[in-house]
Amino acid sequence: MMRPLDGNVLAGPVSGLFAFDATSTRAQCDGCGDVAMIAQAMVYGEPMGYVVRCRLCDSVLLVVVERARHRLLSMPGVRWLRVDTQDDGPAGP
Amino acid sequence: MSEATRRWRRGTLVRDRALSASARSVTFAVPDWPGAAAGQHVDVRLTAPDGYQAVRSYSLARAGTDREIELAVERLPDGEVSPFLVDELEPGDEVELRGPLGGWFVWRPGEQRPVQLIAGGSGIVPLVAIARAHAAADSTAPMRLLASVRTPESALYRDELEQLRATAPTRWHYTRVAPPGWTGPVGRLSPRDLEREVIAGSQHPLVYVCGPTGFVEAVARTLIDLGQTADSIRTERFGGT
Amino acid sequence: MAVFGGRHRESNPSLPPGQYETQSFPVLSAGPTPEIDTAEWEFFIHTETGPSRRWTWDQFRALPAEDITPDIHCVTSWSKFDTPWRGVSLDTLFADVETDLDFVMAHSYGGYTTNLPLEEILDGRAWIAYEYDGDDLEPEHGGPARLLVPHLYFWKSAKWIRGLVMQSEDNPGFWEQYGYHNHGDPWREERYA
Repeated sequence: MMRPLDGNVLAGPVSGLFAFDATSTRAQCDGCGDVAMIAQAMVYGEPMGYVVRCRLCDSVLLVVVERARHRLLSMPGVRWLRVDTQDDGPAGP
Repeated sequence: MSEATRRWRRGTLVRDRALSASARSVTFAVPDWPGAAAGQHVDVRLTAPDGYQAVRSYSLARAGTDREIELAVERLPDGEVSPFLVDELEPGDEVELRGPLGGWFVWRPGEQRPVQLIAGGSGIVPLVAIARAHAAADSTAPMRLLASVRTPESALYRDELEQLRATAPTRWHYTRVAPPGWTGPVGRLSPRDLEREVIAGSQHPLVYVCGPTGFVEAVARTLIDLGQTADSIRTERFGGT
Repeated sequence: MAVFGGRHRESNPSLPPGQYETQSFPVLSAGPTPEIDTAEWEFFIHTETGPSRRWTWDQFRALPAEDITPDIHCVTSWSKFDTPWRGVSLDTLFADVETDLDFVMAHSYGGYTTNLPLEEILDGRAWIAYEYDGDDLEPEHGGPARLLVPHLYFWKSAKWIRGLVMQSEDNPGFWEQYGYHNHGDPWREERYA
């Protein structure tokens, strides 16, 4: 029985693609407008690739394909990513 | 995510012990390990002599900045990597490790909210790391663990959790076979079990749920029905049944 | 010292390069399993002139069917020998279809797509399968019906098949657009483009 994983599993495969931990980044689904951490998304398709779907509407947010010499990242269903930078300095007012 | 995190580093097996008939604790010395937060995981990469590689994710059983990392691995019946790590890897052998990984399924000692940990099977591993970090930091945040296991023999880290009883008491729940003298229910965690054992939503706990996908989904859904807020529930699913 | 072997690279002439044999039937899917009521089910073929053929479940099940036991090969390295299927040959379904186009996009319930050359799914090499091992095809394995193209990597055998749309170019499907091979012959190890 194929059971989906959640976005936590992406931390390794997307490490180095971003300058931040992508799994604790918020994203908005372009399909339904839901805002959630990437870690909260549903992940299918392993080990061919990681198909990251919205936890509510199943839209494909991201696809990551890991290969020997490169990693491919597609973001077909992400309206935006919001990166929390508070670890890098004092919090704003 | 830093260069330090995404690099593959070599870890040498320095200690191991059986946790159950099917699970093994393996501790690797990693000379340049940057340290990990409680709840994080690593990717383990194995390479065959002909270059074939396999990568799997395993939760860390202990946070901190030691140059050693402890993983707990459960042997999957049709597994490729877990039988090797449980049955074959010997002290002195090397594997490659990438991490620490994950920034969401993490508990940090500055957190003041009450914490409810809920484990299904070997999903207890990152929760053991959280309970250990909580004790090590002398945190005053209330913490409780509810651990669902099939049988008494399949419970991992029972002795360690017993020692953490004062700071993070554990309630064991048995789904198939209970120990002699057990008077509680046996079977899947029911809404009534969760209502009785879990810190109430009115206390605004942070809830960490880790286990097989079906377990995590059922528990998270029930908790929301019981009045916990979705944003306070952090989940980590792993494959299997 | 323990040496990791993995579970592949057995020397068996029935195994394409880089494959290992499994007795189980692993499930791999790019999305949730759709719930499909056979009362609502349809299978269609679209050509350059638009909808060409359409079958309801009852019409489809009334078509002549074949029993086949091919070996199947997944790009993730497992192979499974002598898998028992029952289904309708694509030759039967294409018997009255007129088209000058050379390529096919397979569309599934749930949105999955995969591309194939038409000639690869004719001449007794592809089926719409609805039984496995004597039972109705289970939803997790693609039921009520899936495409079965056993001579190509198994991602081409689209689960929950809904229809085929002829196309003039070999435009890539879901996995193909992310770098998987347009053709996907396991004997040539056509895993990636």
